[in-house]
Amino acid sequence: MIPAAFDYVRAGSAEEAIRLIGEHGDDAKFLAGGHSLLPLMKLRLAQPSVLVDIGRISDLSYIRDAGDHIAIGALTRHMDLETSSVLAEHVPLLAHAAGQVGDPQVRHRGTIGGSIAHSDPASDLPATTLALGATYVAQGPSGTREIAAGDFFQGFLETALAADELLTEIRVPKMQGAGWNFQKFNRRAQDWAIVGVAAWRRNGSSGIGLVNMGSTPILASSVSNALSQGASVADAAQLAAEDAEPQGDLNASPEYRVHLAKVLVRRALEAC
Amino acid sequence: MKIHVTVNGTVHDSEVEPRTLLVHYVREALGLTGTNVGCDTSSCGACSLHLNGEAVKSCTVLAVQADGADILTIEGLAHDGEMHPMQKAFMENHGLQCGYCTPGMVMAATSLLKENPHPTEREVRLGLEGNLCRCTGYHNIVQAVLACAAGN
Repeated sequence: MIPAAFDYVRAGSAEEAIRLIGEHGDDAKFLAGGHSLLPLMKLRLAQPSVLVDIGRISDLSYIRDAGDHIAIGALTRHMDLETSSVLAEHVPLLAHAAGQVGDPQVRHRGTIGGSIAHSDPASDLPATTLALGATYVAQGPSGTREIAAGDFFQGFLETALAADELLTEIRVPKMQGAGWNFQKFNRRAQDWAIVGVAAWRRNGSSGIGLVNMGSTPILASSVSNALSQGASVADAAQLAAEDAEPQGDLNASPEYRVHLAKVLVRRALEAC
Repeated sequence: MKIHVTVNGTVHDSEVEPRTLLVHYVREALGLTGTNVGCDTSSCGACSLHLNGEAVKSCTVLAVQADGADILTIEGLAHDGEMHPMQKAFMENHGLQCGYCTPGMVMAATSLLKENPHPTEREVRLGLEGNLCRCTGYHNIVQAVLACAAGN
């Protein structure tokens, strides 16, 4: 399968990328690792007229200790997250989740920023960074702004990013020794999660992100609220799907997804 | 668009359409047909080759993204008529049946051992999760990779 024809331009910096996307209008798309966009283009589900390749902007690939949080450049690849000693120490849930994305070849190319900006509810990293209370940094023609993960995902493949904004950095609070667990339920190696759960817990606080439980990644706030009010894990996990609206597809009915979410949230919290 | 790539040690300057996939470039423009197209949806791994030393699925990379890169395909693994140790290990352990997945398996396996020279059996299985063998010959493929690692 070959994508429909498009024009290709390469950006050397974030500023140049934003200028180029502005020049080329609504039909232009940023290309990072290409592991979300190119499959869609090959199936002709996406037919951008221009690709602005940001894959060579090397100063957007980094993992830095920024005090209370870890700052991650949007072009940092899954493999770099998976093997990062900084993440292993401060945000081990994210390093682990990155290692569950696709397969090694995919993780050599795919980027955290690409995954989050694409915002597929079945992807592992949008729900994981949502659970962790991340902040995303968007750069546009008039400067940068911070968007809380909870405000970012607005609908199926829709985000708070404007057409001429580039996601440049992901800021993830340090976990400070919180217990954590990641559950990914699928039938075959390398598949997307039928349902996934990213969870952490520390004292009375917790964060639980659900993968593939609606049109966006879902924060299971009802579970966290119940836990903070003293509910048992078993009781709180019964609320796993309260904040979700799962769809049915070839893999699972909505009812089955609700069942999976309750079981997987319980398992995740028991392991935290 | 013009691209400049080094493939198996040979420099190529080529004119490609932006939509040309890397797998089509190496197969059709360079005639290196050892890299196979399997699923064409970045699932099966038959098209795996090394881009700057790491295995990638070349059906999901544009040739223009590889501009300036060092590329290694299955044809570039042997040296002076001598098979790469991984190729030998596949032969000695009967790590192939129909052979269609084999180039991708070998390229993924050599990339795996670069990152993890002495993997456990489980790490080999996880490391090859991006490569499907429809003969289901996984047992001997895993044995081949472990044998190659043991010989390192």
